[in-house]
Amino acid sequence: MLADRTAEGSLHLAHMPVVSGCQESFLFCRPPLNYVWRDRKLKVMPTVTPYQIAVRSLLIGYLLVLVVMPIAAVYAEGFSLGWTPFWEALTAVIAWKAILLTVKLSVVTTVIQAVIGTMSAFVLVRCRFWGRRLFNSLVDLPFALPTAVSGLMLLTLLGPQSLLGSWLQAFGISLLFNQTAIVIGMVFITFPFVIRTVQPLIEQFDLAEEQASYTLGASKVYTFCKVLLPAVVPGIIAGGLLTFSRALAEFGALSLISGNLPGKTQVASVFIYGEIENFNTQGAAAVSIVLLTLSFLVLWAVQALQKRRGIVT
Amino acid sequence: MRSLFILLTVLLFVLILVLPFLGILAGAGAEGFAAIYEALMRPESLHALQVSFIIVLIVTLCNGVLGILFSLQMVRGPWLAGWLRPLLNAIVDLPFAVSPVIGGLMIILLFGPNTLLGAFFENVGFKIVFALPGMVMATIFVTFPLMIRELVPVLTELGQTAEEASATLGAGPIRTFFRVTWPSIRWAVYYGLALTAARAIGEFGAVLVVSGNIVKQTQTATTLVYQDSIDQNLVAANSVALLLGLISIVILLFLEWMKKRKEDQLHAH
Repeated sequence: MLADRTAEGSLHLAHMPVVSGCQESFLFCRPPLNYVWRDRKLKVMPTVTPYQIAVRSLLIGYLLVLVVMPIAAVYAEGFSLGWTPFWEALTAVIAWKAILLTVKLSVVTTVIQAVIGTMSAFVLVRCRFWGRRLFNSLVDLPFALPTAVSGLMLLTLLGPQSLLGSWLQAFGISLLFNQTAIVIGMVFITFPFVIRTVQPLIEQFDLAEEQASYTLGASKVYTFCKVLLPAVVPGIIAGGLLTFSRALAEFGALSLISGNLPGKTQVASVFIYGEIENFNTQGAAAVSIVLLTLSFLVLWAVQALQKRRGIVT
Repeated sequence: MRSLFILLTVLLFVLILVLPFLGILAGAGAEGFAAIYEALMRPESLHALQVSFIIVLIVTLCNGVLGILFSLQMVRGPWLAGWLRPLLNAIVDLPFAVSPVIGGLMIILLFGPNTLLGAFFENVGFKIVFALPGMVMATIFVTFPLMIRELVPVLTELGQTAEEASATLGAGPIRTFFRVTWPSIRWAVYYGLALTAARAIGEFGAVLVVSGNIVKQTQTATTLVYQDSIDQNLVAANSVALLLGLISIVILLFLEWMKKRKEDQLHAH
């Protein structure tokens, strides 16, 4: 801020009546106003106190140390030995199989969520039935539970000791330590996303539009596909993208139920954990860069979508 | 047709949400209440719960105070240039996109024993990785968008007229904050604090990587659950998990109760 000293001095004197005693102890006076030349005009800017400078530096410094520097450190570590080791770390069979598996199963999870999430949201908003409010609060349970606890829950439920597990075993179905188990874990963890993005859109939807469609002779299915669905599609897409990025990142639940067979049921986050435990931080960082970049793209897409459509999540 | 859909949804909820929770109850209670009590009273679980509690306390306090300060600056700050505000907004959201394991890896890369910063702090006698400070940092990294995301929309909707009125009537900034701003953002702050606490108790991936999971030193409640279930000590794992699950449900109910208050307050103007 470039204050014009002479202008400040003269105007200051003209503006403020000199209170007796003020000059001796200026600590008790309010600070003089800050006059600044801008656009060829003299403007009054709020005075910058040391407190404000401290808060601003704290804000920028905190974000730098806590968010920007750590993320930059991962990118720096991944490329620390140059391009070739980065590429080698990624193209090692176990690494790219883990990434591929994670992306594939996350897509499956997203598709499942898009269907069951949309259906649940419709039922929760439109239908009145016993226990609706209870179910509505239950939706957020997977967010509130620690992920390790979620993993243990599924492990106990599907394991051979439990009633359901032993019953499934009798039929020769195993839902633990294979790809189905990973999808079950991902679906549990990401359950609230689509429901919570679609719900407000259905609540805002104008019933008159639907009634108009009926009076014009459209069937229920036709009305749903042509009138209701287009209104909630942005919510499904935003929720689906969030589901996808959460499924990519999930670690706690999957580390317990995936079985962790390298190349078969090892997901990317668990692979990264293994590499850290083996002190191979460069390999861990290389895979992390792929995951991070994917997640950032998804996050950016969600924000762009929200800006365009004005959806609140 | 309609009842079919209701039936399907209820079935889905019971299968996906209720059944796993009952599973954990059954798993913990398989050998009676005495076993649960015994598992919770082990010295390592008592210590783990204590470590978790300390982390939650520090993180919630830190995020609470700094979250309010930052949200005020991000919404009101006259010094933020036009391009800086969206950039800051985007940076605040970044931790949501980062896998917890990667969050832990970041702290190790920055403050690990063989990095510049890590070696410096070690020389001073302040251990970060495999100790409490690193775990607190990891948890703060994961949880700090929650408070700001809760407060920014409320502050934006509130506007500044009431505060300006208060200032023109001669109140100082501190008095204005506590008499005018605080009463209208109170419930949003409590809501953000509860969300932060819930997330801090449950944080697992980042803490596991940073803490090294050393028994009776850096083991938290969630990493204890993980260790017990890997050691096939399922009754003990389920007992601690049951306690954590109950805490989460209590916080969830509390949030549900507060959500209504928060919205009422926002629309009261």
